[in-house]
Amino acid sequence: MEAIITTLSAYGWDLLEKTGEHMFISLAAILLGVSVAIPAGILLTRIPKVADRIISFVGVLQTVPSLAILAFLMPFLGVGVLPAIIALFIYSVLPILRNTYTGVMEVDSSLKEAGRGMGMSNWETVRKIELPLALPVIMSGIRFATVYLIGWATLAAFIGGGGLGDLIFDGLNLYQPS
Amino acid sequence: MLEFKEVTKTFEGSKKPAVHKLNLSINKGEFVVFIGPSGCGKTTTMKMINRLVEPSDGQILVEGTNVLDQDSVQLRRSIGYVIQQIGLMPHMTVGENISLVGSLLKWSKEKQRERAKELISLVDLPEEYLNRYPHELSGGQQQRIGVLRALAADPPLILMDEPFGALDPITRDGLQEEFKKLQKEVDKTIVFVTHDMDEAIKLADKIVIMNAGEIVQVGSPDEILKHPANEFVEDFIGKDRLLQSRPDVTRVEQIMNANPITVKEERTLKEAIQVMRDNRVDSLLVVDEIGTLKGYIDIEMIDAQYKKRSYVYEAMDTEEYSVHKSDLLRDTMYRMLRRGSAYVPVIEENDRLVGIVTRAALANMVYDTIWGDETAEVAAAD
Ligand SMILES: Nc1ncnc2c1ncn2[C@@H]1O[C@H](COP(=O)(O)OP(=O)(O)O)[C@@H](O)[C@H]1O
Ligand SMILES: [Mg+2]
Repeated sequence: MEAIITTLSAYGWDLLEKTGEHMFISLAAILLGVSVAIPAGILLTRIPKVADRIISFVGVLQTVPSLAILAFLMPFLGVGVLPAIIALFIYSVLPILRNTYTGVMEVDSSLKEAGRGMGMSNWETVRKIELPLALPVIMSGIRFATVYLIGWATLAAFIGGGGLGDLIFDGLNLYQPS
Repeated sequence: MLEFKEVTKTFEGSKKPAVHKLNLSINKGEFVVFIGPSGCGKTTTMKMINRLVEPSDGQILVEGTNVLDQDSVQLRRSIGYVIQQIGLMPHMTVGENISLVGSLLKWSKEKQRERAKELISLVDLPEEYLNRYPHELSGGQQQRIGVLRALAADPPLILMDEPFGALDPITRDGLQEEFKKLQKEVDKTIVFVTHDMDEAIKLADKIVIMNAGEIVQVGSPDEILKHPANEFVEDFIGKDRLLQSRPDVTRVEQIMNANPITVKEERTLKEAIQVMRDNRVDSLLVVDEIGTLKGYIDIEMIDAQYKKRSYVYEAMDTEEYSVHKSDLLRDTMYRMLRRGSAYVPVIEENDRLVGIVTRAALANMVYDTIWGDETAEVAAAD
């Protein structure tokens, strides 16, 4: 108990600051992911024949270990917050993309037809029917990606992105088994 | 109003056309029903009108303009569309659903609301329903809204693809009646698809019978019943025709029993039972002093209420279904059969009770229609 209090009084500010960084990196990556994956997911529903293949391909990207992606991005983007965000963003795409695609595909086709038959443009069908009805599924994709990314964001420390990883790896490095 | 010229549709990857060289012209205000076996191309024909399906060949003219020369979105907004699956948006209120086309046309919120109120007053639904969600409504109520939604922007032409097909028979019957009335009020041209001959006969001004992508016969219900073009049409109308070609001209009056057993509403329940016993029936029609039909009462109602009530008018059911004596049997017979009740009271002007049609009377008539000629032949041969 005492140990916790000493640690907190010594590192309290640090902890707060790192948490802030951590959240920033994760959320920035998620926002980026949402703004890319949702439109992309909707576009995929317009080409269902090849959609499955594209989604599988994105799935393969996902299996590349995160450290490898970080290492791969370094020569192009250097170190710091930006490459960290980009790396994490790549991981956020798949769950959101997949859920957007499934969510929109699952919207009752008779509703889409009713909409089209009443004279909705493509965009109106998306905005008034497909997105609102697919929203629960899309949201669960976003939630999943968020949880996932907050975990992965620890690794940002390796390329100087900051976050709680800094503290964790410091701790691991300094730890001396007694 | 609407004209098909040599219209053909062949779907990608299929050799046989779904619709083949179809020619048809439909007048303004006409109620046209397409009917035919499943897969004969009814839906395809209808969807080519609002370009949900693009014709492969030929022309479709709506008020003289080829639909292919119009912007498809604008075209669809100017044509009402009702589908079998109803297709109300579950995330929008009934009011929002009704005003959907209005919102696409960028009407003001005020105008959308006014129009929704105006429309819902056309059907038997209270205005409060505008704030409910579709899932809170029954199937029949939902499809009423589906129809109103198609009427919202006041389109001159409405397409309906088996709109009542998913409803149970009694709801369907009610909606058909209501809709036929509504159509007369709003004066629209209607293209209606069904595979139910009863429905076609009841609603259509003009029936278009299709088979395998082609038109087999076009005519009024009477023409088609009396002069089926070929065997296919005969088979298609089938057993129904036997029943229908006679009810065509027969009026309810001609087959009703003019002496229904009645009880006056101010009689006591005990007297009512007495009447039932004397006449060996288990239900009575209730009338007032001058013979106006008020309702009915049966033995169960008396049994259930004997302790609490003493007069017929307190215990009777006022929800009485009746037909007019000059109604054509054609229009009422199926309603009567489908309701499943043992009899239907017959009224004249001012709800005056004049008779009763029992299922037994209907059975006699059907018998006469089917075997009447035969019996006559046998008699002649003797
Ligand atoms: N989108 C489509 N693609 C390919 N074939 C179709 C399509 N829609 C309908 N068809 C075919 O066209 C024919 C007519 O179908 P349809 O117009 O739906 O018939 P109906 O409404 O009379 O039951 C059927 O053989 C059906 O399989
Ligand atoms: Mg069909």
